[in-house]
Amino acid sequence: MDSNNPYKSFDVRVFLISVLAAIMITNLALIFFWAPTEMVMGLVQKVLYVHVPLAWIGFLAFFVVFIGSVMYLWKKTQPWDGLAQAAAEVGVLCTTLMLVTGAIWAKPVWGVWWTWDPRLTTSTILWLMYVGYLMLRGYAPSREQGARYAAVMGIVAFVNVPIVYYSTILWRTVHPEMVIGPASETGNLDSQMRTVLLFSALTFTLLFVYLVKERLALTCAYDRILSIRHKEGIY
Amino acid sequence: MTEQAARLQSVTKSYDEAPILRDLNLSVNVGERLVLFGANGSGKTTLVRMLATLIKPTSGFIEIDGMELPKHGVRVRQNIGVLTHQYLLYDDLTGYENLRFFGKMFRVDHLTERIMYLAEMIGISDKLHVRTRTLSHGMQKRFSLARALIHSPSILIMDEPETGLDQEAIEILVNIVKSVKSSLIMTTHNVEFGFRLADRVGIISGGSIAYQERRDALDVQEFKKILTQHSV
Amino acid sequence: MNYFLIPILQIAYKDIILELRTKDIFVTILIFALLMGVIFSFVFVPTKQNVVLILPGTLWVSITFAGVLGFNRSLVLEKDKGNLDGLLLCPVTRDVIYFGKFLGLFLFMISAEIFIVPLYAVLYNVSILDVGIPVIVILTTIGFAAVGTLFSAICVNTRSREVMLPILLLPVSVPIIVAAVEGTRSILEGSPVGIERWVQLLAAFDVIFLVLAAFTFGAVLEE
Repeated sequence: MDSNNPYKSFDVRVFLISVLAAIMITNLALIFFWAPTEMVMGLVQKVLYVHVPLAWIGFLAFFVVFIGSVMYLWKKTQPWDGLAQAAAEVGVLCTTLMLVTGAIWAKPVWGVWWTWDPRLTTSTILWLMYVGYLMLRGYAPSREQGARYAAVMGIVAFVNVPIVYYSTILWRTVHPEMVIGPASETGNLDSQMRTVLLFSALTFTLLFVYLVKERLALTCAYDRILSIRHKEGIY
Repeated sequence: MTEQAARLQSVTKSYDEAPILRDLNLSVNVGERLVLFGANGSGKTTLVRMLATLIKPTSGFIEIDGMELPKHGVRVRQNIGVLTHQYLLYDDLTGYENLRFFGKMFRVDHLTERIMYLAEMIGISDKLHVRTRTLSHGMQKRFSLARALIHSPSILIMDEPETGLDQEAIEILVNIVKSVKSSLIMTTHNVEFGFRLADRVGIISGGSIAYQERRDALDVQEFKKILTQHSV
Repeated sequence: MNYFLIPILQIAYKDIILELRTKDIFVTILIFALLMGVIFSFVFVPTKQNVVLILPGTLWVSITFAGVLGFNRSLVLEKDKGNLDGLLLCPVTRDVIYFGKFLGLFLFMISAEIFIVPLYAVLYNVSILDVGIPVIVILTTIGFAAVGTLFSAICVNTRSREVMLPILLLPVSVPIIVAAVEGTRSILEGSPVGIERWVQLLAAFDVIFLVLAAFTFGAVLEE
């Protein structure tokens, strides 16, 4: 019973979050003091060191949702659902921040906050689908039903991503006049920049793992409260 | 070992960590009629829905007609006839069309004759061609009974079938259930009614079988006392 | 094969009889789509020059929103009196129930569209006499009904189901909405050059989601 207790590992968590904090501070230092400032875009280019990793872990998160959903429908065991839910919440958070940082970057560089470029459009639809996924959980009549419905949505949404992307590319080729920004924004990164970007991606991946782990611990604690309540007859 | 119509081993079902059925064990022999009693919320309806393949257990083993659930759900459904609180009829189809639709779904041979035969037996012949929306609740319940019997199931599963039926219809129900020789698993609140059909009676309390006994070994008054004890 | 196809047709046939008597879904879709067409023509002021730009979008947005309303009706009919249990008690696999419900919805939408599309052409003064139009309409409707059947079965059990259905259905349907609009537009422009790509996209979407929905439908229905 005690192995279920998320608070027993308190010391481990303090250790983990300390290490993670150290890595993240290092990451910030690398971005602002070590990486050279890009000549054309200037300081705003540094947003990319956050924006790109956010996009990456957003996508990683939705892939984890997909895996968790498939496994939940197959095995019907709660931990898979918990994983899918945790990853979806972190994924929506990251995608939100990714869209915001993207806009911050686009304004000085492209001259607009927003443009219907295929990647941007796909990200927006992705975000909408997973917000729907989280709403579905909230609106389901019971937790178990919510888990099954969400699993179906988690699979459908993920399978749909490449189709949405392809359709927006096709759509763009029909309407080239509507897109303001250039087709591809990444020039050649110099090797120092690339190193920093990789380090940042790694840092954010660790952050993702940590957040998902914390979210799972929360689910675990919630389950324990529920089962204690039912045992004691408190509702 | 006698053949068994239904066998449940340590079946548990919980919703959001709240157990409805806990460690329930039950077996019904072929041709046997088991009647289950129990207070509201004791898990009767959940058990019925589980036997009807509508709910899957959280854990445990269920076998109906020698076939394991949920793996053989399709074949099990072919062999069971289910009567629930809901009539499961389409309001804007006539009674005949309803029976015809379900008969086709169950691939019943000589369907028209079967419908006419059941309609005659259940006393719904003159209401066959009106939309079920316009029928009284008792009549809809009779059609619902015909729907449950359309494919001559070898196991009947009924959840409080006497509710909404008048005395005449209850007599019809008792006669039919006795004549078809199917196994029966039924829940009810009405002890007298239950005793007329039962070979064996049982009490569900707190999500598991708290008591069971051959009906021959009991009289109604004695059983009512036992039932009251288990209902607190 | 007969164990698969016949019950599908039975379920769809039953839905058609019910629909012929109540006309719930057909009338909902038809009237709502026409209403939107009238409102859009006030809003966008179609002229000879801009009608090709306006019509495809208004047409498909109207059909999409009208379809959402129709889908809501379809499963509510099954759910409100517990009739879904009656279907679930039938000795068929869950994908049979899916395809049966899908077939019914597809036919109701198509029969409404047979009126909607020509009426839009009249309202906006455009000629739509082209074989490409029925192809686009049928493929789009298959895809939309495929995901619509799945999501309406999910949403019928949720709180505020009228809101939940479009929130799930619309973002997932983006590829077919885009394909339908662009396909229709390239036909109206008289240069159906790029139309094959849109048709391919629609066909791929239809196949993928019919299969995926049939697979996952059981998980939606069971408890």
